[in-house]
Amino acid sequence: MSLFQYDFMIRALVGALVIGLAAPALGIYLVQRRMSLIGDGVGHVALTGVGVGLLLDRSPVLTAVLVAAAGAIAIELLRERGRTSGDMALALLFYGGIAGGVMLVGLSADRSNANLMAYLFGSLTTTSAQDLWVIVGLAAAVLVAMVLLRPALFAICHDEEYARVSGLPVRALNLLIAVTTAVTVTIAMRTVGLLLISAMMVVPVAAAQQVTRGFKATMALAMALGLLSAGSGVWLAAQANTALGATIVVLAIAAFLGIAVGSAVWRSLRRRTAPAAAPVAEVEPPEVVLKH
Amino acid sequence: MSTAVVDVRHGVVAYDGRPVLRDVSLTVAPGEVVAILGANGSGKSTLVRAILGLVPLAGGTVDLFGTPLRRFRQWRRIGYVPQRIGAGSGVPATVGEVVASGRLARRGVLRPAGAADRRAVTAALTAVGLAERAGDPVATLSGGQQQRTLIARALAGEPEALVLDEPTAGVDAASQEAFAEALRGFNAGGGTVLLVAHELGPLHPLVGRAVVVHDGGIAHDGPVPAPAGHHAVPGHDHVHPHADEEPPTAGTWGR
Repeated sequence: MSLFQYDFMIRALVGALVIGLAAPALGIYLVQRRMSLIGDGVGHVALTGVGVGLLLDRSPVLTAVLVAAAGAIAIELLRERGRTSGDMALALLFYGGIAGGVMLVGLSADRSNANLMAYLFGSLTTTSAQDLWVIVGLAAAVLVAMVLLRPALFAICHDEEYARVSGLPVRALNLLIAVTTAVTVTIAMRTVGLLLISAMMVVPVAAAQQVTRGFKATMALAMALGLLSAGSGVWLAAQANTALGATIVVLAIAAFLGIAVGSAVWRSLRRRTAPAAAPVAEVEPPEVVLKH
Repeated sequence: MSTAVVDVRHGVVAYDGRPVLRDVSLTVAPGEVVAILGANGSGKSTLVRAILGLVPLAGGTVDLFGTPLRRFRQWRRIGYVPQRIGAGSGVPATVGEVVASGRLARRGVLRPAGAADRRAVTAALTAVGLAERAGDPVATLSGGQQQRTLIARALAGEPEALVLDEPTAGVDAASQEAFAEALRGFNAGGGTVLLVAHELGPLHPLVGRAVVVHDGGIAHDGPVPAPAGHHAVPGHDHVHPHADEEPPTAGTWGR
């Protein structure tokens, strides 16, 4: 394909594919815990890290990882306390993060709006060869941790108190999820962008779980859908000259809608072919003494 | 005399400075089946949660298998059955996957599941009568079947003691019978059982000793006492709707 004769296109493709695979592998735990929007919050905080990096003339990826990790750990510690004020603290962190980031980027020497837009919504051309190695290495670490630790991470996200009584290192695993979220957000900011990365953690999982029965199957299908929408997104963004992150996310949401419609049609067809096979669920006894 | 499974001495628990348990002492010996009884809000669930370290003690000590709670690490020896299935249910999970979590205390975080783990999961599902539901999503099960899934999860770890928090609250009669049978088998194999109950129902013949928590202290420790109030009315057979009697824990104990 002539599109991929350019090095930057190959880099954008590889960067998008590893994010398409890693983001849902982490996101499934966030969805299970009903914290689907946490990636969005960490993305806001990471923008301050980008601003710090540009201002100090250092690699924005490095400073963004550090600042986002600090923010994610702070959010996790608030969650652990279970305070009602946690909601308000999250809001302060999110908006402080994005406002601080926009201000710091404005103060830096490289202050073009195009630059800011590339961090917020992703771009085909921003991934340098050096960035790519960092992205692939960190994404591989995220994938290995999320897949190998699946039984333990499933246990703490499914029932944290039970995991505690099982003697699992609950706090260490929670902090691992927090730091992994920060790493995933930061490596995705080049391709998908900070404002849309959360969608890649959540939308493939939401699409997969419409047709799956178990956790492992949901994880596998979500990763496959993430890979597919990332790969086709790179191609479509180059063809249509659109922002890469937005294109990938639109395709992932199209997959969600396709599966929703497809499974509804399939269920209604099956019902029509076998109308008598509507079994009554196991009837619970009335639990009272019925007079005869 | 062998080491006690649970040994609470002068335990005190307070929520936000308000004492819930004032001075509670309780010893459970290996092989015993002990029921903690009491009215709603008496502190009976708080007592088992303190024993497991889920709520902090404001005073006194808890020893598990002869080790102070703070230094206790052999969690594989204890199987915990909470009142309800965990809140984290945003993603579908099969019955088999939930029960397999029970093996983690035994095999640790890093080691992948082996043949022994799969055998234990199958055996636990069979013990509660859910073997053929292993591949079904937990969310499609009835309340009683979900409760049995949680008991299978605890049994899968092959513990020496089971700690159960209101295992039969709101559970249909068929599940209560399946549940009593599973506990009978566990106890016959030498297992110790500590359970919190509002009323015993089909578990009654199993229970060797009852502890009644009342007003933050232990009001009775011995044979299962005769029921009081409307429970004592002749002809009352301990079968009645639970829905109105059992307010959700959230309302009673925070969290």
